[in-house]
Amino acid sequence: MATYDFIFDGLGLRDWCGDGEKSGGPMSMADLLGETSGQKVEVSAWDTPFPSLDNLHDACNAIPQSRDLTSGLERGFLDIKDSLKIVVDPLTQPLSWALNEMLWVMQALPWWIMIPLLMLIAYAVGRSMKLVALVAVCFGFLAFVDYYDYTMQTLAIIFVCAFICVLFGVPIGIAMSRSDRVQRMMIPILDMLQTLPPFVYLIPLIFLFSVTEPKLYGIAIILYAIVPVIRLTDLGIRLVDRDVIEAADAFGMTKRQKLFGVQIPLALPNIMAGVNQTIMMSLAMVVIASLVSAPGLGVLVLRGIRSLELGVGLLSGLGIVLLAIILDRVTKAALARINASQK
Amino acid sequence: MSDEIKIKIRNLYKIFGDKPQMALAYVRNGMGKTELLAEHNHVLGLNNINVDMPAGKTTVIMGLSGSGKSTLIRHLNRLIDPSAGEVLVNGDDILSYNDKQLRDLRQHHMSMVFQKFALFPHRTVLENAGLAPSIEGMGKGKYQKDARKWLARVGLEGQDDQYPHQLSGGMQQRVGIARALTSNSDIMLMDEAFSALDPLIRTDMQNLLIELQAELAKTVVFITHDLDESLKLADHLVILKDGFVVQQGEPQHILLNPADPYIEAFVSDINRARVLRVRSVMRQTTEAMGEISGEVDHDANLESLIERSGGDTTNRYRVMKGGQQVGILEMTDLVRSLVPRGGSSDPDAARRAG
Repeated sequence: MATYDFIFDGLGLRDWCGDGEKSGGPMSMADLLGETSGQKVEVSAWDTPFPSLDNLHDACNAIPQSRDLTSGLERGFLDIKDSLKIVVDPLTQPLSWALNEMLWVMQALPWWIMIPLLMLIAYAVGRSMKLVALVAVCFGFLAFVDYYDYTMQTLAIIFVCAFICVLFGVPIGIAMSRSDRVQRMMIPILDMLQTLPPFVYLIPLIFLFSVTEPKLYGIAIILYAIVPVIRLTDLGIRLVDRDVIEAADAFGMTKRQKLFGVQIPLALPNIMAGVNQTIMMSLAMVVIASLVSAPGLGVLVLRGIRSLELGVGLLSGLGIVLLAIILDRVTKAALARINASQK
Repeated sequence: MSDEIKIKIRNLYKIFGDKPQMALAYVRNGMGKTELLAEHNHVLGLNNINVDMPAGKTTVIMGLSGSGKSTLIRHLNRLIDPSAGEVLVNGDDILSYNDKQLRDLRQHHMSMVFQKFALFPHRTVLENAGLAPSIEGMGKGKYQKDARKWLARVGLEGQDDQYPHQLSGGMQQRVGIARALTSNSDIMLMDEAFSALDPLIRTDMQNLLIELQAELAKTVVFITHDLDESLKLADHLVILKDGFVVQQGEPQHILLNPADPYIEAFVSDINRARVLRVRSVMRQTTEAMGEISGEVDHDANLESLIERSGGDTTNRYRVMKGGQQVGILEMTDLVRSLVPRGGSSDPDAARRAG
């Protein structure tokens, strides 16, 4: 009846297949047509179907259909969900707190403290008055069009997530640079995090946490944005001049002294480049994360899409661009200062 | 000449590859470097090295690139561990050292100067010079006096707050030497320390090292591929080729008695008049002989004597050492010694030079 009957007949697996035709799921359209017309469906060699799960299922009921696979995955995830939650929930709780606190602080402070404070940070990092002026103009504009609160929310989320990325990313990068085995293990994970569409890891996260919890989007952002800082820390430390490391060894430095006295300072330009990338990627992700209740400018973008408010969408998009420019320029200025002091 | 031995290297082998111990067995059975590489894919780095390095003297290890000289010097402070053999420093087998002892050795007893300087680019000149004390946890306030002293000694005053990249190559290497001196170690390893410098600056640095050496009498192990440099600096010269010692001894002796064609080819290009000393070509005698044109110190080089004699080959000089006559030098002997083969074919000269 089905194309691949011959395999199971040939191998004598007919019994194993159970042959319980009754348990078969919905038939294919072709089968249905064939049944109603009382004729056997003839499949020409040209139309031979790929031996996929569904096609093999037609020949043998013991083979699952592909929708069994996806529902199996789902069931599997739901089964481990509760036990996973027991472990992951308390571990990630501080993230929720940090995000809540930061959101609260940045919105509670009045604008006439917040904007000068941000200007001061820009000066401290970049030592350039031009940069400070850029920060003032951008935030002034965003506040002028009444997007101040949204901007602060976005910024608060980025600050927290980027900080946590650096907090975990740099040590992971160091571990990778010290051991080829760790590096070999980490690279596929990093590749996966980088290539997986961001929406894809939002899905299991929604199952795992409630949508009201900030850590839901926090984790999504961190997973997406942590990759560059890990990669560039690893690269930076591996690129440190081997002669200098040899000199450190020859003068009897301990591993610790080498790490903090030589490797990290010399890898700093690369690490800062990673931090810059991480901040930019968390900004990209914070927009997507508004799908799962992340506050900020992303919400406005989403509103623009959902209710076709073109103006809101465009203006909030511009706001994100301005934020991106500021964050990029400020971190690049910091990077340039490090580079200048190290040649 | 050599009284106390500071560093002893005994039957040292180094083989690079996956299974050095297996390859070691082949090498001990007489397999050469090329065969080992072709048949077993292992690189023979060092082949049965035995060297005694006298205390307070300069030992120069010379060889062309790939001869294993940089590998050898890295065995002395165990930046590389050998496949077999012993390295004894002050009679202690450093291969048995644990991490802590090894760090102590590197911090207090051996310092190193590198071909590419290897200064810390993120630290100032002063901080670089004070590397060794800072590793021990000493603050800048404590070590800066010492570091400044040595920086001044190598001719780098007032550059304390510069960064290495602001200095020229010669100045960077001076920082490298100051860094080694500040550690107050009695052994200094110099890995092609002057090879990356311009010829004139190199000469300056060689003179600086000779000066320092006269003053401090450290045990210096100096690596070079430059025969002129090695003859200028060496008290004890070790010539490496393909990982084994072709010849070692006093430089004058090697120059006059090259052990094999490889060294002969090496030494044939040398300005012998400048390198050879009167004591190496004189005839040893305390008797006064015939007509004497003048007195000459036993350590003077031949060039100065040729200049003094005005090229007159009939002259004869009395060779003095500490006010005593130790020998007689015929100008004809001197001239003969300037020709590579002629000089070395005289068996007496060899004995006297030794």
